[in-house]
Amino acid sequence: MQLLWTYIVSGLTTAAIYAIAATGLVLTYTTTGVFNFAHGGVGMMAAFTYWQMRFGWHWPAPVALVLVLFVLAPLFGALLELVMMRRLDGTSDTTKLVVTLALMLATIGAATWIWNPNEARPIRKFWENSVVTVFGVRLPWHQVIALILAAVVAVALRLLLTRVRLGVAMRACVDDRALASLNGARQSRVAMASWAIGTSLAALAGILIAPTLNLSQLPLTLLIINAYAAAMIGRLRSLPMTFVGAIILGVSTDLLKGYADRISSWTSIDSKFLSGFYQSWPIVVLFLVLLLLPQNRLRSHTATRNREYIVKPTWPGTGLFVGIIVGGAIMLSYVLPKADLFSLNKMWGLGIIGLSMIPLVGYSGHISLCQLSLAGVGMVVMHHMGAHGNPIALVWAAVVAGIVGFIVALPSLRLSGIYLALSTAAFAVLMDRWIFVLPKWKLFGYSFDLFNGGNLNIVKTRLFGMRLTGYRSFFVFASVAFALVVMVVVLIRRSTYGQRLIALKDSPAACATLCMNPKITRLSVFTISAAIAGFGGAIYGQAMQSVTPQSLDFVAGLSILMVMVIGGLTSPGAALFMGMFLGSPFVANVAGKVVPSFSQLQTVLVGLVGIGLGKNPNGFIPSDIRPNWNIFLKHRAALGAVLVAFVGLWILRRADVFDNWVFAWCCLGLLALAPVVLRIITKEPFPPRREPGAEVPKLSVPVDQLGLTGPVSDEDARTLDQMLALPSVSG
Amino acid sequence: MGDALLELRGVRAGYGGIEVVHGVDLVVERGQVFGVLGPNGAGKTTLMKVAAALHPPTAGDVIVAGRRVNGATPDQLARAGLCLVPEGRGIFPNLSVRENLWMNTYAGASMADVEAAAYAQFPRLKDRRNQTAGTLSGGEQQMLALARAVATRPAVLLLDELSMGLAPQLVEHLYDAVVAIARQGVSILVVEQFAKTVLGAASQAAIMVGGRIVKVGTPAELEDELSAAYLGGH
Repeated sequence: MQLLWTYIVSGLTTAAIYAIAATGLVLTYTTTGVFNFAHGGVGMMAAFTYWQMRFGWHWPAPVALVLVLFVLAPLFGALLELVMMRRLDGTSDTTKLVVTLALMLATIGAATWIWNPNEARPIRKFWENSVVTVFGVRLPWHQVIALILAAVVAVALRLLLTRVRLGVAMRACVDDRALASLNGARQSRVAMASWAIGTSLAALAGILIAPTLNLSQLPLTLLIINAYAAAMIGRLRSLPMTFVGAIILGVSTDLLKGYADRISSWTSIDSKFLSGFYQSWPIVVLFLVLLLLPQNRLRSHTATRNREYIVKPTWPGTGLFVGIIVGGAIMLSYVLPKADLFSLNKMWGLGIIGLSMIPLVGYSGHISLCQLSLAGVGMVVMHHMGAHGNPIALVWAAVVAGIVGFIVALPSLRLSGIYLALSTAAFAVLMDRWIFVLPKWKLFGYSFDLFNGGNLNIVKTRLFGMRLTGYRSFFVFASVAFALVVMVVVLIRRSTYGQRLIALKDSPAACATLCMNPKITRLSVFTISAAIAGFGGAIYGQAMQSVTPQSLDFVAGLSILMVMVIGGLTSPGAALFMGMFLGSPFVANVAGKVVPSFSQLQTVLVGLVGIGLGKNPNGFIPSDIRPNWNIFLKHRAALGAVLVAFVGLWILRRADVFDNWVFAWCCLGLLALAPVVLRIITKEPFPPRREPGAEVPKLSVPVDQLGLTGPVSDEDARTLDQMLALPSVSG
Repeated sequence: MGDALLELRGVRAGYGGIEVVHGVDLVVERGQVFGVLGPNGAGKTTLMKVAAALHPPTAGDVIVAGRRVNGATPDQLARAGLCLVPEGRGIFPNLSVRENLWMNTYAGASMADVEAAAYAQFPRLKDRRNQTAGTLSGGEQQMLALARAVATRPAVLLLDELSMGLAPQLVEHLYDAVVAIARQGVSILVVEQFAKTVLGAASQAAIMVGGRIVKVGTPAELEDELSAAYLGGH
């Protein structure tokens, strides 16, 4: 009994920290409509900053605390509002979520960059050796402080939101931001205040939770993410229910850990199989809460004008793209050294995983954060079934991943937006913390060893009797696989099925009135996308040859999504860009010369660029590259000339006239300059840049009078094309 | 000519390059109730939004109390004495009645003054002061929205479709309150799709069709023109 009591009391202190973190999250969500995925990352940064001041520079604890909690954290929150969140008006929930995910990546990257993760950073608890006895349980002061602070936060927030005008204005902004400003409330000030408070609460939670584990970037971030389950129990709205949620979460976590041995003996399951489950318990709670609790309609502010659009690729354009990919891969395979080709091999598999996101996230707007885990399923299948290079294993990888995707989608059918993103995140974390690290087990006489004891060896496929072990043959084979999947994605976009996906994203209500069955469409797109991811995983695994569960972690999956979004989630070109950015040594080699510790810079960069999404939610390929290159569709001869120029460069490289660096820079230069030169020669105007807030071009007469008073001028036709985001047909 | 508190000069506005208000001139004098009537899609609500700085004009000027206020933010205009009661219910449904009134103190009045003025005009609100506004009846919600206009003592009041979805008797009651507010020297611009309700209260009115003002006059002068405007005679 005493033991039970001890676990309950210690669970309550864990609950206190979860409560502090979760209330911060709920506060920013209810007042600004943005679910801040980066809450964990911000708390982690704060904990590191506190460590630096308190233990790195030996400042007195009160000074460090005041500085972090009352100066730096609120400033950071206000800054976030000023430079990021304010620009998110008129963007979809996906973009809002992705921007905060990007921020999370940036904080993890920056913290890893600043504080070397290989150094130990002991962080002491407050009044470490003092204990107090409560109901016969000896409690360290640190935990008592956490409990007191949680109570203070609860009371203070209650007072703020009901007794202070600023707090009432925060709630008013949730109801109707425009009306709040019609009353004279300064919206920006209100939003800044809630971000500042939310960030401070994240910081407080981070500092309190840090001493319970070694100060380490990723675990600390994920530990605060655990608190999201509590926020979900409060349905992201009710602060009292959030506290209840935190208590359920904290106490159950500590009870599970405390009684781990007994649970093992009761269930006769060895505790080594369950340890991953215990670690992931808060995530399991999150998953269950998402599935079981009735969900509110997501409270996001209606976009008066959505700034996002989906381009429809043409078959000739796709044929050209695919031809250039395969042709380019063949040419590259003859000029690149073996070592470079070996590391470049990864780009195709990663690219296919990126392509799997296009129908699901890009067309249908369902945010999935578990595509890399599904790719992991493909790798596991490839390892077990493709041991002798059997090509059918590739099909099996797609089929099994598709089935897993279907199973994941089934319970999440009624979830959307943030809820869906969180449930897929929970699945991803469960996979990499528990399922992928499970030791070997036996069931009904069969032995299972999913991840081969923590390291999968994946053998390259045999095709038409040929083994693709040669570095060149595999590179070309993988590029062909990528090209085929590009065509599948384009086929989806151009089919009525693709139109249905987009229609469902735009207006589920309108689709329901047209007798569409959203459930079947949704399940099918999840399954197709999972199958593509599984296939991509099989190719990616072959390129890596040996895969550990760590290479499939949640954050790695986030980087893939983020780079896809930066490129443009609806564009296959983005997958190629992502593959090259994350899977090729080129970027690392270039940047490595400028900044030595590039690996972190890469994460920070991805995060920072992702943050800029509010400015251009469509990604740079559909909004910058495509309009620039569209001119070549009209001037086929010029296109031929550019292709010939590429082949010429390649021949010169083959003849060793210059080295690979010069070749790479020349190719990039040609890519950048060709459309500019063509426009100068043909005197065609440059496509206008789509800048939000920039003046929308005006027609000479109102649109309803266009053509009534005289023929439509070329200028007006061009303006119309631009307003409707159509490729230029005028002239 | 009395002193004009709200003046629109050649205002043009649109959405994404498509113009819906094609150059509107309007003058509302002190203590006047000015009605803007017109069918669906005439651009009335857009005009209101431009006047309250909720939507940027593409051309023309908005002048409040003799000062050109183009480029001001809605909250600046609100604190300067312009009050818009928007289409639908201009209230915060998740706040209590009292908290809704508290939001009115941004324009400078104290909470005690705001409550006193609001409850004097609409006593029913006093009984419901701790009730969540979203649970009030439609008429009570509109009273709460109007209470803002009473309590903040604005110089200019803009009312967008006040009668929407309400019983005729209640509408009459609300318009009595509007006339009472005007008598205190407030300039009121009312936009309504249903003409009759406004013509009883307004001292001056305009008909707006297809983004343009086609006729300005007293309610009596306009009555004959109305059917033509609504049936597409203009």
